[in-house]
Amino acid sequence: MKPIFMRYTRNDIINAVILLTLGFFVIPNIIQTDYWYTSILLPWLALSVVALGQNIVMGFTGQLSLGAAGFMCAGAYACYNLMLRIQDMPFLGALVLSGLIAAGLGIIFGLPSLRIRGIYLMVATLASQFFIVWVIDKFGWFKNYDVSGSTTFQKIFINGVAFTSGKMMYLLALAIVVVITLLVINMARGSTGRNWMAVRDMDVAAESMGISLLKTKLQAFAINAFLCGLGGVLYCFMYLKSSEPFASFNISLSFKIMFMAIVGGLGTVSGAFIGAAFILLFPVVLNAIGNNLFHGLIDATIISSIEQVVFGGLIIILMIFEPLGFAKLWERLKQKVTRTKS
Amino acid sequence: MTESILFFLEVLVGGLLAGTMYSLVALGFVLIYKASATFNFAQGAMVFFAVLSFVAFMEYGMPFGVAFVAAVFLMIFVGMATERLVLRPLMNQSEDTVLMATIGLGFVLEGIAQAWHGVEVRKLSLGIGDFPIPWIADNLKLFISALDLTAGVVAIAMIIFLTLLFKYTKIGLGLRAVADDPGAASSIGIPLKHIMILVWATAGIVALVAGMMWGARAGVQFALIELALKALPVLIIGGFSSIPGAIIGGLVVGAVEKTLEVYIGPFFKGGIEAWAPYMLAIIFLLYRPQGLFGEKIIRRV
Repeated sequence: MKPIFMRYTRNDIINAVILLTLGFFVIPNIIQTDYWYTSILLPWLALSVVALGQNIVMGFTGQLSLGAAGFMCAGAYACYNLMLRIQDMPFLGALVLSGLIAAGLGIIFGLPSLRIRGIYLMVATLASQFFIVWVIDKFGWFKNYDVSGSTTFQKIFINGVAFTSGKMMYLLALAIVVVITLLVINMARGSTGRNWMAVRDMDVAAESMGISLLKTKLQAFAINAFLCGLGGVLYCFMYLKSSEPFASFNISLSFKIMFMAIVGGLGTVSGAFIGAAFILLFPVVLNAIGNNLFHGLIDATIISSIEQVVFGGLIIILMIFEPLGFAKLWERLKQKVTRTKS
Repeated sequence: MTESILFFLEVLVGGLLAGTMYSLVALGFVLIYKASATFNFAQGAMVFFAVLSFVAFMEYGMPFGVAFVAAVFLMIFVGMATERLVLRPLMNQSEDTVLMATIGLGFVLEGIAQAWHGVEVRKLSLGIGDFPIPWIADNLKLFISALDLTAGVVAIAMIIFLTLLFKYTKIGLGLRAVADDPGAASSIGIPLKHIMILVWATAGIVALVAGMMWGARAGVQFALIELALKALPVLIIGGFSSIPGAIIGGLVVGAVEKTLEVYIGPFFKGGIEAWAPYMLAIIFLLYRPQGLFGEKIIRRV
């Protein structure tokens, strides 16, 4: 029988223990202000899950895709409707089901990947972005015929415990993210991940070695959409609280998620988290610099333009010097430090 | 009966002409792909950058012609900078890597344009009205916008010019040689650097013209970028490497999205235009991945 969990090295376990203690004990004890949870940590966790999905399809399987926001939207509204229409629907059950619904859509929109790649595929995935959001926006049923056009998502209760404060939501989101990350690491290190990478490196060769392109690619798209759906639920239920399909899930969100995957490091799990943190935090830092150093002399719109230039420039620089992103840079730095020690 | 046929014709012609606007954006894309086998995702951003700069130059008090020439020189400079800073370091990298870099380039251009000129929506008047041409309206009972017609004529003129350039000039031959095999081309003395700059500058000028047409219709604003994204399905339908394909693709997309929007849209509260081109592209991809005029893609292990 195949072992359910992969073997981990001692380093893996040490890293995991450090990160888990940090996440579950240190942060909740140090950080007390709600702002940090609701405005930084929660969107970070939610978007990290989405970036992880994007990374699976783009980094591990090598299929360019630009439709993450569409699947997020599908996941979030699926969860909203499940909770609304089925009595006593547990949140976690609705969460998984919405992920599965998104995964189904992912398989449908992943079908073109069997025949095309590169920019062709990117255009095909753009269809998912525009089509899914359009369907959810135009058919009132999905929004429960709310005349205002926006949807307020339900509050989260699990077994009667309210997960409404920033800290409680953070702990719940963290637990979900930990489970997902473990599953993804397992997949990435196992035969599934090897198949993905074989397809990425040379799909024709992979196919001639007996790897089913159909299965591998659709699997990647399904898991990508599943993670996007889950992330979308977390993003809406914990961070946005209420949303309008066209405004909240526009093309620039998809671009942002793509950037997270690229900047963090394509084909790495940690990269998704690093990338999401960078893309989310950089604007915050830039705003703070703009406000404190120049005391509002610089217009907010100029700051957001500068942010765009930096993101775009960074992508170009990374493509030229380190296509594997920040995660790889970090690894190299670590290697250098350990080598000088010994 | 005749009324409904006339109405259909009007919708169709309007769609076809609006489609040439997409063709104009797609044209710049094809140009770069033909000459360097690079997918330039930044073409939409170049459209925005070019026309925003042009409008800003006019605001500085330059007359129309001077502003146009200044914008042309600016786009030549952008082409040179792109060649030096983005393309040359990425020589011999995989297609996808270069594509992602051009996505980054697009963001840089959008950001620079907005930081430099501001984000407010601007009006652009070319002296051509966006209203039906009276003569046609009177005699043929068709309402066709003068601006649409101009865009169509400009697109066709540019396409004829560029096709001739590619087919019959030494520069065109060099461009095709570089696209085929940059290594071999440079070994027989084709100046790769200059060719690249030339192509990107030409694509920049095409972007400027496209931007002026779009700007006159919808105002010079950030939303232009989303419109320019529709050039991608146009390319898929027409084929990435075909200049006439760009115009046919644009016509197909324009006609299909307009007719769908007018005839089916009302049942769904509209907005079909937003996704119809992409769905059409998917259908094309499933049956004819190389597009109407593209070369068949053969991949080897």
